[in-house]
Amino acid sequence: MELRKSYFADVRKDDLHEIGQPRPRSDSPGHVTGKTAYFADRNFPGMLHLKMVRSPHHHARIRSIDTSEAEKHPGVVKILTAKDVPHNVYTILILIQVGPEDETVLADGKVRWKGEAVVAVLAETERAAQEAAAKVKVDYEVLPAVFDMEEALKPGAPLVNEYHGQNYYLYDSGECRKVRFGDVEAVFAEADHLLEQSYQSSPIEHAPTETTGCVVMPEGNDRFTCYTNTQAMFFTLDNTSIILQMPGSKLHFVGGTVGGGFGGKVDVIVEPIAILGAKLTGRPVSFVYSREEEMQISSPRAAEKVVIKDGVMKDGRIIARKVTGYTDAGAYSRHSPYGAQKGAGHYPGPYTIPYVWIDTYCVYTNRTPSSAMRGFGVTIGDFALEVQMDKLARLIGMDPLEFRFINAYRDGDMKAHRQPTEGAALIECMQEASRAANWPVAKKYMAMSSYVKGA
Amino acid sequence: MAIRRGRGVAAINYPTGMNLGGDPTQALVHSTPTGNFMVTLSSVDLGQGMKQIMAQICAETIGVPTDRVVVDTADTDTGPHCMGTFASRGTHRAGNAVIQAAKEARQVMLEVAAEELEVNASDLETDGQGNILVKGAPQKSISIFDVALSAHFKRGRSISGRGMFLIPRSYPEKETGAMKPSTCYAHACTVAEVEVDDETGEVTVLTVKNVFEIGRALNPKMVEQQLVGGSWMGISHALYETTEPYYPNRDHGGTDFNQYLMPGPGDLAETEIIVLERPSADGPYGAKGPGEMCANPQIPAVANAVFDAVGVRIDTLPITPERILRALKAQAAH
Repeated sequence: MELRKSYFADVRKDDLHEIGQPRPRSDSPGHVTGKTAYFADRNFPGMLHLKMVRSPHHHARIRSIDTSEAEKHPGVVKILTAKDVPHNVYTILILIQVGPEDETVLADGKVRWKGEAVVAVLAETERAAQEAAAKVKVDYEVLPAVFDMEEALKPGAPLVNEYHGQNYYLYDSGECRKVRFGDVEAVFAEADHLLEQSYQSSPIEHAPTETTGCVVMPEGNDRFTCYTNTQAMFFTLDNTSIILQMPGSKLHFVGGTVGGGFGGKVDVIVEPIAILGAKLTGRPVSFVYSREEEMQISSPRAAEKVVIKDGVMKDGRIIARKVTGYTDAGAYSRHSPYGAQKGAGHYPGPYTIPYVWIDTYCVYTNRTPSSAMRGFGVTIGDFALEVQMDKLARLIGMDPLEFRFINAYRDGDMKAHRQPTEGAALIECMQEASRAANWPVAKKYMAMSSYVKGA
Repeated sequence: MAIRRGRGVAAINYPTGMNLGGDPTQALVHSTPTGNFMVTLSSVDLGQGMKQIMAQICAETIGVPTDRVVVDTADTDTGPHCMGTFASRGTHRAGNAVIQAAKEARQVMLEVAAEELEVNASDLETDGQGNILVKGAPQKSISIFDVALSAHFKRGRSISGRGMFLIPRSYPEKETGAMKPSTCYAHACTVAEVEVDDETGEVTVLTVKNVFEIGRALNPKMVEQQLVGGSWMGISHALYETTEPYYPNRDHGGTDFNQYLMPGPGDLAETEIIVLERPSADGPYGAKGPGEMCANPQIPAVANAVFDAVGVRIDTLPITPERILRALKAQAAH
């Protein structure tokens, strides 16, 4: 890595002592010698292991659940179903008043994706829990499922989630989050070229080294200590408090050292049910995802579809941009309504475009609920935006890098969501990339500045 | 049939933090009786090095070496509220809270030192080595060790501070979408060079040159680990990763690291990282969040390089050999 101090030297003071120094990390010796303690290193006498009975169907009504055989299985201590969860229907963003509550801790009457948790089995060993889970009999009536976002949005599509009432999240702005910045359609008519293109991604797994999980210890004083690898301690504690209808003062969360998160450990999935198990049995409980569960059960990055329509002039100026984004939330909201909204605040990218129209939809389908992941709401959008930029440059016969200089945002430029640009540095990044990659651009672009007027 | 070479570029920006329900993080700082400093948080270290960075920020602000600072996180019985580690917010939000708490603690420390030295607190400065000096008369000094002892056993003062950083909630305007979704923006530009085998559809990323602008590199070595890892993830996203290879069909999803593909040691591109620093107005010592954006620009850069190499656009991620071959076949049929 190289620090290029020559850029922005006039707006930066390099007079610090501890900051800017490559001090060795105090925790790295523990990490590389295997001495760092993670949640799963906690092992308590009498600890029970929790395993989930999961739906084999994408969408089905639950006619009945029979746990009698499983209860007789050697080593089984407790079996939990929906009726055992005090506040079974929840959504994590309810903490910040983003509803409706639309997801069940344990399925009640219906499953909406293949892998959804239906019954929790607590046993003396992992093996006993696994074997007993296999003996739980769930009678399903399979329902038609919808997997494709466009299909889901058509009238007459199977309804994925009754708590929403339609297969999209209803914002205060309607069926999508909207950004309106000038009359885009009128300006398209004036463009030298129009280009409309669609981009698509598939779900992506965070693939952390350490799988999602927690270990819960009843403290004997009516308090429960939860050792967890959540990425957000109080967010998880407060949601648990709602789901279990327990005062927060009864909950004690310990964590802070996580073996990789990437956004995959903010869904509050394992802690509430494990604490409930500890509460009902009076014993420590461990609930840790297997690698298979991490891959297919835990939330992935949402699949997205992005449609971009641009009006561009022969001289390289983009004069209007229209973006429609679709986020595949899967069966439940989790963080997806915010992800779609974050996209609306990010388009049209780091470019100053005078006329912009943005619609972002959060769509429900019968698949693993997606949620936050590194670059939430932005990563796939950037893929679409930057491939589109490449196509536009070639369409007008211009160098793709020079084309970006023409449109790059600078300090003071108004963004589509009506915030003035501050602290821009896109031009300087491109100038340095031009040098580093030996991709020459015209002198006038190398003389440009994000913040010096006239340059 | 041949191996064809191409290059592609992409430039991006990325918001620091999230602003859905307001974005708060708090911190507490206190000194031990012998002048070490404890930072208490509930923020989570995901492996990115949050604890180390908070120690360096606290040390810089108080004016002591980093090894005099210990970070205690994340226990909800002791640590004050943190929204969480996500949205590239950790360094920025918690860092600002730590600065505020450390400033308050430093002020008490200087007041006690001023009483011991019989000067005004405003006449004092730290030397960064664990001592407090009188400005312009450095021979008149006291160690922070002695200041802490005095505070605890003689003066009855608590050398401590409280820090709070909050970005107030922004509600998007219904009709126009006017909103303040985040604070400062990090930037990046990546140039990727690839080889595409037009017989097998396989893509080899030869080089990836990343320029990242991150406000300030608080610890350059840790910045490097984050950016190199991110660059790898971007390439992985572009060419390899998905839990549903035939999306929207749900079949054939990988369930372990044998089936869920990612580039291994033999697939690593030659990676160059260049960092620029335009300090942000609201960041801790000017830092912006580098955590997420560093994995973004490689994806379109690789996609554009594939097109440059073989003349087909793959607009669906991941860009698999199968998709490239199908596109080449369709192109040949034209």
